[in-house]
Amino acid sequence: MSDSHSSILSHQFETLDQQRASAEFGMWLFLVTEVLFFGGLFVSYAVYRYLYPVAFAESSQTLDMWLGCFNTFVLLTSSLTMALAVHAAEAGDKRKLIRFLLFTMFLGTVFLVIKGFEYHHKFEHHLVPGAHFEFEGPEKEHAQIFFFLYFVMTGIHGLHMIIGLGVLSVLILMAYNDRFSKEYFNPIHITGLYWHFVDIVWIFLYPFLYLIGHPK
Amino acid sequence: MKNYLTQDISLKSWLLTKDHKRIALLYLISITFFFAIGGFAALCMRLELLTPGPDLLKAANYNKMFTLHGISMVFFFLIPSIPTVFGNFLIPIMIGARDLAFPRLNLASWYIYTLGALFALTAAILGGVDTGWTFYTPYSSTYSNTHVVLMATGIFVAGFSSIFTGLNFLVTIHKMRAPGMTWFRLPLFVWAHYATSIIMVLGTPVIAITLVLVGLERLFGVGIFDPRLGGDPLLFQHLFWFYSHPAVYIMILPGMGVISEIIPCFSRNRIFGYEFVAYSSIAIAILGFFVWGHHMFITGQSVYAGLVFSLLSFLVAIPSAIKAFTWTATLYKGRIYLRTPMIYALGFIGLFTIGGLTGLILASLATDIHFHDTYFVIAHFHYIMVGATMMAYLGALHFWWPKITGKLYPEFWGRISAVIVFLGFNMTFFPQFILGYLGMPRRYHVYPPEFQVLNIFSTAGATILGVGYLMPFVYLIWSLKYGPDAGNNPWGATGLEWKTVSPPITENFTQIPTVTEEAYDYHQEPMPDLPEEAM
Amino acid sequence: MSHDTAAPHSPLTITFYVKLYIGLLVLLLATVGASYLHLGPFNFAVAFTIAVIKALLVILYFMHVRFTEKLIWLTAGAGFLWLAYFLGLLFNDYLFRW
Repeated sequence: MSDSHSSILSHQFETLDQQRASAEFGMWLFLVTEVLFFGGLFVSYAVYRYLYPVAFAESSQTLDMWLGCFNTFVLLTSSLTMALAVHAAEAGDKRKLIRFLLFTMFLGTVFLVIKGFEYHHKFEHHLVPGAHFEFEGPEKEHAQIFFFLYFVMTGIHGLHMIIGLGVLSVLILMAYNDRFSKEYFNPIHITGLYWHFVDIVWIFLYPFLYLIGHPK
Repeated sequence: MKNYLTQDISLKSWLLTKDHKRIALLYLISITFFFAIGGFAALCMRLELLTPGPDLLKAANYNKMFTLHGISMVFFFLIPSIPTVFGNFLIPIMIGARDLAFPRLNLASWYIYTLGALFALTAAILGGVDTGWTFYTPYSSTYSNTHVVLMATGIFVAGFSSIFTGLNFLVTIHKMRAPGMTWFRLPLFVWAHYATSIIMVLGTPVIAITLVLVGLERLFGVGIFDPRLGGDPLLFQHLFWFYSHPAVYIMILPGMGVISEIIPCFSRNRIFGYEFVAYSSIAIAILGFFVWGHHMFITGQSVYAGLVFSLLSFLVAIPSAIKAFTWTATLYKGRIYLRTPMIYALGFIGLFTIGGLTGLILASLATDIHFHDTYFVIAHFHYIMVGATMMAYLGALHFWWPKITGKLYPEFWGRISAVIVFLGFNMTFFPQFILGYLGMPRRYHVYPPEFQVLNIFSTAGATILGVGYLMPFVYLIWSLKYGPDAGNNPWGATGLEWKTVSPPITENFTQIPTVTEEAYDYHQEPMPDLPEEAM
Repeated sequence: MSHDTAAPHSPLTITFYVKLYIGLLVLLLATVGASYLHLGPFNFAVAFTIAVIKALLVILYFMHVRFTEKLIWLTAGAGFLWLAYFLGLLFNDYLFRW
């Protein structure tokens, strides 16, 4: 069935559904590339955790696991609000859509602020890898590798969050300008996929980085 | 009626185009430029290697030359080449669509490539990199004093161009086929690019993150690849080759797709074993991810891992061999026309076979110990990259030139060039098998005097090869102005692209076609004669 | 035809989403709780398994994969499968070095 909504149907597509299915498949393919992108880091993590279990456990202890737990709670909640935003878009409810997008942005920001505090704490305690790194214990270099992976993995994750916040703000503007409807809300849908994926990365990062060894 | 070239000739319309055909031509210009750079680097290397001593280049600069050669050719020429030029141009038309699924992403891919290219060129101009295109650690991550981060950034950025192209192709092929264009009616060129796109999407992100890690190691000295700090240099190699081995399949699969189009057309026969060719493309894409350790047999990885990788490497040869057999079987009882594309295609089959067989020699653990890091390896991969892929690229350029430009190239010069390329290629690289067997290491600018004769042969061959490459550059451009009009289908070929006008209109089709025929519906009918002016 | 998938209107209601969310929070607490237990090498397996379950719930329900076309299942699966292959083949090296 062909739609004559020429403004929302791009010229290369025949139907709105073809367009929707293409957008969804395209975003999933992008997410697959992200799996492999983060995957390289997880692989490095796996190798070094295998090689230096003690250093990794000791380093992990220095991370605040309850702060990390709270941050995980924040992100999981943001996934809920994002899912509810998509749900609102499906129903064509503009006010709810904007409200839930704003909630998601707020929660994402809270996550980043807390992360910022954590980074600051590391900086103060000379746990940032490089010239000023200090660590008590016989395996200082191995601990440095842990902290390197900690900063790179959470850093790149954080970068993805920041990009997500940027996209969300654009979506809010678009929603405010009535660019979405029950028939067309692909950008919301695929941004939701992206956001959930970033949440999934954190779902793994939290236990892998914060919960090695046992709490003292 | 206006076609895609004449529709709007302003610069802005080209730089902001969303037309996949124009984007293909933008890429053609970019990759030709990098071919020239990579070729120049090769020229410097082969000139240096005319004599056993260090005459032209001192060691550090020779290192920079082979690095520049590898990076330009692999990342900025071969990996994009056939997909971004011919894939972009042809896939929508071949499947009966108006454009790719995401035209703006397609344009963005080209700009991203260009940005990456600028980083890489800047690194080269500022003094280059001397680590080899393989960036092995800890040399690249700690000890090298060259512009590693800048060059790595260029490759990182260009990688995203590759990813987005692959993504675009996958969505297009799945979602935008015309009515009646079932999977098994698709041209094998499309299947080949489908398989290639899978590799691009699954593999490229890994080298991206690997280059990030190298850059961070250089900047902060944290120890991830530094053995003094507990890092494992081999981890880099695992991460690097996890992409870079499948990358070689990115470089060959599209070429195989081209050959699958040329052979049936110039033998006027249906392709033999269509499903075998289609499935073998997917098999190569998948199996290609499981063999990366064969680059690391002597590096200290566990012998057990070496065994597994060796066995899997033998397996991946099987689908490739299947293709060689099906192409050959297609020729049986065919009506062979030895026009330029066919000469390239037949050359491909022979040279690919040699390259593939020597790959098996390298895949066996014991023989690899002797051949690793010698000219045998170089000859092996150049037989595939140049003997096969480059010839497929030139074959594609000639086969689809009439469709892309609406003009016929001079067939006489085409044939001569193809023969010169074939002879020059073999003269360049066959001696290198022998040199490698005799023990000449790769990446050395000096060598024992007893190797000089073979090196001189190789350089002489390279010169001839260079002439062979220059000739199409001249006569193809000449044909743009002076070539006769091609008409819709000068080859009498099957496929939707040959049903459109030459050059096609911007929307490709006035009406989306409905497909009823199987692919390669040839019945040994004669090929149309070329007009007198095109001879 | 390939593009004739009906737009998946997931039978997911707000109530379901909230219940799923609470389930995820319970699993989060389970992850933290498990880290207090001394299970030796199984600690990692437990943490990993719970993480996988959480991820699956997000993928299947928040991301609607449960209700969408097989192609998406295949795509999502391929990504994670490839990572698993990478790890598996890689550890062939690290586990067996002497």
